[in-house]
Amino acid sequence: MASCRSLGGEIGAPAPHVLAVDDSSVDRAVISGILRSSQFRVTAVDSGKRALELLGSEPNVSMIITDYWMPEMTGYELLKKVKESSSLKEIPVVIMSSENVPTRINMCLEEGAEDFLLKPVQPSDVSRLCSRVLR
Amino acid sequence: MEYSNLRRQTIFMKKNLFDQGFLDEQFNQLEELQDESSPNFVEEVVDLFFKDSSRLLTNIEQAIDKYPQDFYRLDSLVHQFKGSGSSIGALRVKNECSVFKAHCNDRSLEGCRRSFQKIKREHATLKQKLESYFQLLRQVGPREHAVSSRK
Repeated sequence: MASCRSLGGEIGAPAPHVLAVDDSSVDRAVISGILRSSQFRVTAVDSGKRALELLGSEPNVSMIITDYWMPEMTGYELLKKVKESSSLKEIPVVIMSSENVPTRINMCLEEGAEDFLLKPVQPSDVSRLCSRVLR
Repeated sequence: MEYSNLRRQTIFMKKNLFDQGFLDEQFNQLEELQDESSPNFVEEVVDLFFKDSSRLLTNIEQAIDKYPQDFYRLDSLVHQFKGSGSSIGALRVKNECSVFKAHCNDRSLEGCRRSFQKIKREHATLKQKLESYFQLLRQVGPREHAVSSRK
């Protein structure tokens, strides 16, 4: 699988750090596995609330990839909070969902999501993200 | 000789799982992610699925038996189940979940009950078959995991 590490710029530069957010333990494991195989450093959390807590303490997150449907805070709500924050708004946010709902996709893209991936997410989806999102 | 036989058995077993519709391409995608740093990745993810799904099955059963029925909650629970099944390539489980969701949409309790029994059967069958598959893979050894994960 193509490595995203080289897109960090300099040789020897640390791997881009991706924050994966999904309330499903299975999907967290899968997306983490896919991201790690692309040489990302991954932190996976189970809620939007935990994601925001981590973003408040971890300064070097290169990308957020989040499930859409989560209890308490949806991926869309997390996206909005990130884009409303002066310190976080530059972080690319990618939304994942198992449902292909055009209005939902458009809503997320209009709110500033970089991409919308249909689950099950595959390694080729992440490779595409590397070249588009992490320049 | 024994190693070759075991290797042939794993290939044959996996082919059967695909031919009989238990698994789809997503399972291959997960196997492609296995390497020296994560030699048991697929088995670990599958274990997570069966732990998670057992809990969901209990919740679905309780929700079905509850009166009055909350089809929205039932749909939501099966949606989760379908999603994680889909993530490991559990094709038959995923398809039966779609049938269940259609019954929820029609507000057919009897349809949901019938479909739920099928989901439980498919879930149990898949669990047994994958346990056998991974047991065989363990006998073959870690070297084979990396080889067999390549298409």
